[in-house]
Amino acid sequence: MKLSSCMKEWFSAKNMKLVTRPFGSDNPITVQVLGICSALAVTVKLQPAIVMALSVTVVTALSNLIISALRNTIPPRVRIIVQLTVIATLVILVDQVLKAVAYEVSKQLSVFVGLIITNCIVMGRLEAYAMANKPWPSFLDGLGNGIGYGMILVIVAFVRELFGSGTLFGFRVVPESFYAAGYSNNGLFILPPMALIVLGIIIWIHRSLHRDLIEK
Amino acid sequence: MENLFNLFVRSIFVDNMVFAYFLGMCSYLAISKNVKTSFGLGVAVVFVMLITMPVNFLINKYLLSAGALSWLSPALSGVDLSFLTFIMFIAVIAAIVQLVEMVVERYSPALYSSLGIFLPLIAVNCAIMGGSLFMQEREYQTLAETVTFAAGSGIGWCLAIVGIAAIREKLTYSQVPAPLKGLGIAFIVTGLMGISFMCFLGMEL
Repeated sequence: MKLSSCMKEWFSAKNMKLVTRPFGSDNPITVQVLGICSALAVTVKLQPAIVMALSVTVVTALSNLIISALRNTIPPRVRIIVQLTVIATLVILVDQVLKAVAYEVSKQLSVFVGLIITNCIVMGRLEAYAMANKPWPSFLDGLGNGIGYGMILVIVAFVRELFGSGTLFGFRVVPESFYAAGYSNNGLFILPPMALIVLGIIIWIHRSLHRDLIEK
Repeated sequence: MENLFNLFVRSIFVDNMVFAYFLGMCSYLAISKNVKTSFGLGVAVVFVMLITMPVNFLINKYLLSAGALSWLSPALSGVDLSFLTFIMFIAVIAAIVQLVEMVVERYSPALYSSLGIFLPLIAVNCAIMGGSLFMQEREYQTLAETVTFAAGSGIGWCLAIVGIAAIREKLTYSQVPAPLKGLGIAFIVTGLMGISFMCFLGMEL
């Protein structure tokens, strides 16, 4: 009885909105312009992109939770360093887990796992949300933003892997007959600049659909 | 010497922080609306990099990497603290940025007020942290190499942000499709700049 009313409060419409809003109208990458730093370098293939998205989601959600629980005891003058310590600890955990479970992928991600620490999404959400809200909504906010970030990563990686290598998750999807007929992979998609251009186009489409987001 | 010069030029043009690794994109996009401010930020980044990277190099060499503590006593030669890398590097960077902020506030109030809230954000500028992590991953052996790499990647970042700021100043007068305005076009222009920087690829000195 008590539990069910508790659950109702926890998963209320308002709280669920915290999770779903970053998917579209408040997306961390295309609208808030946060966390682009590490977003694009890991999008040549789908697999590292998904691992990266998961790692960032875990770190954002947990650091939001922890900082929000601590928010009343952190002196404002030293809050940045406290936040960084919490984030860095979580990232070390994620890094060690990745090295143990998925060593190949963690080699591919190289420095970008460490760079989750300086990923502006994590700090940005801590400053903008967790420092002023209760732990549970903060956790949901972190979760939502992590997933919103991951979505863009996966879309960019999907486009780049499909056109750049003709594969998805390393499996060939473009049939051999295409190549026989003269189709060839677009090598440009593997190169870094193309990630930026794909993202630019995603923003274009997104803002054409949500016209209120257009910058003056 | 030749090796160092090669590294310097490579880290500016070929392994450019922005165009090849997308590092420091957040402040790159947020502050690149006018040339003067972005030049200020670029210089601040070069400066912070030149201090943090050698410090992190020494920390990595004498404290963190496997067997690094053997200079203290031979008994410690089996200790490997490299899992502490992230937290040490970010602590050093955050402390030094705080210091730079105080110095800039004291000696150049004009620059301080124009950089505003963005100076503390250098602490979470991925280019700075990324530089230190690359330094560790690529195993630069000497301090000279590290300093050269720091200067090169800092200057490369500065060059990139000044370049995009100049283009964005002109973009104000051009007719960009409405949904692409601002962020969208900035991404595409960065992509095109990246492609043009790729003509340096494979350059050997």
